[in-house]
Amino acid sequence: MSDTDTGRATGRRDPVVEALDIHKSFGDLEVLKGVSLTVDPQELVFIIGPSGSGKSTMLRCCNLLEQPTSGIVRITGEEITAKGVDINLVRQRIGMVFQSFNLYPHMSAIGNVTLALRRVQKMDAAAAEAKAHEALSKVGLDHKAQSYPSELSGGQQQRVAIARAIAMEPEVVLFDEPTSALDPELVGSVLEVMRDLRESGMTMVVVSHEMRFAEQAADRVIFMDGGVIVEEGTPQQVFRDTQHERTRSFLARVTDH
Amino acid sequence: MDAFLDQFFNAEVMLRYLPDIIDGLWVTLGLALAVIVTGIALGLLLAFIRAFQVRGVNFLIILFIDLFRALPPLVIIIVGYFGLPYIGIQFSGFAISWICLSLVLAAFAEEIFWAGITSVHKGQWEAARSTGLSFSETLGYVVIPQAIRMTIPPLTNRTIAITKNTALASVVAVQEMLTVAQTSLAYAANTSPLTLAAIGYLLVFFPLVLLSRWIETRFAWKR
Repeated sequence: MSDTDTGRATGRRDPVVEALDIHKSFGDLEVLKGVSLTVDPQELVFIIGPSGSGKSTMLRCCNLLEQPTSGIVRITGEEITAKGVDINLVRQRIGMVFQSFNLYPHMSAIGNVTLALRRVQKMDAAAAEAKAHEALSKVGLDHKAQSYPSELSGGQQQRVAIARAIAMEPEVVLFDEPTSALDPELVGSVLEVMRDLRESGMTMVVVSHEMRFAEQAADRVIFMDGGVIVEEGTPQQVFRDTQHERTRSFLARVTDH
Repeated sequence: MDAFLDQFFNAEVMLRYLPDIIDGLWVTLGLALAVIVTGIALGLLLAFIRAFQVRGVNFLIILFIDLFRALPPLVIIIVGYFGLPYIGIQFSGFAISWICLSLVLAAFAEEIFWAGITSVHKGQWEAARSTGLSFSETLGYVVIPQAIRMTIPPLTNRTIAITKNTALASVVAVQEMLTVAQTSLAYAANTSPLTLAAIGYLLVFFPLVLLSRWIETRFAWKR
């Protein structure tokens, strides 16, 4: 946090995420064909596109869960794709929320949140628990702190996963289809938490099919297809004044349902 | 019928050799517990090391576990006890039995733990790594605890099966229960000491079976 504060004080505002000309191949399959993405502080960027368009891979390149085949990724100005960078240190500053929640089933909700606080940020038990309670309160689940993932609904699990990510006080949170595995009636609670996060000024990159949420909450929408960015702009520009036929046909298909 | 009772349940013989059998029971129990502790600990350690996927190291680990899973434990004990002195290494029969059975259990336990580690969902790794946990921290705090829970039923089965091989220590002159029973049998010209030993084995291993059942239910968790 202090990094961005000093950045603001000097008037210098590095983009939080800066990915330049990212290529990624799995064997012969080229999934990303030169994608660049810049995310400014407190911005909410939405990435949409058909499955297989490379949007999740792009997101995962931002914290190097996927190593780009070529290209540069910078987080608040620091080049994390450079040799000798301690990726574990960098990842503390990048939260991630997954489609399938990925909570640790052998730990309670609060155990899930405190693990990295204790082991990575080396907090003592009391400080970590205080921090975790604070994060769980933000997602409205402090009363479930002692529950195990199996005792929580999908929506609650995802909110605990969000608490796990934000407790580290990251500079950006990456959301990889956070509501795709949820029953429709549980989607709302997760979106609400994301909206609160946005209100609090969190920088967010969201890969999702929640078009209505994108329209209401996103600063910028990026449409990807076939491993490239086809179209990008404000929600108004992308959804209403669509420029490209591929975007138009994709939007027609997803809004049908 | 009387002959049968006299041969297997001779009260006078049983009473005479009971103290010796009890001494042997303690040796069996000690050996069994020592094998369980070192065998499982070593198996877990090997699985942990194997997860780092260092090629040369993994080759050696796999060679070790395949060798010790293939060889009969009796052969390993005999080679250890009668073979090693020729190259200047001499251990007591108890130590040899303990080491050999620990290695056999470690080999099987490693394979079981490894299966558990590989069956932990990839998302668990990604979630942990995305919060900044290192590879070994993720393995230690997130993956192995889940792997252990998943592997408890096959592990307890295998542990019991291998630990029962403590009886093989009788071939290298360890004064464990079976050895004592056989000696007593020779002196008394009566098989009642063997009956005592059978009861003794039940006393040692039946609680172990019950304990394993308890552990299985205790650590099973809803998925």
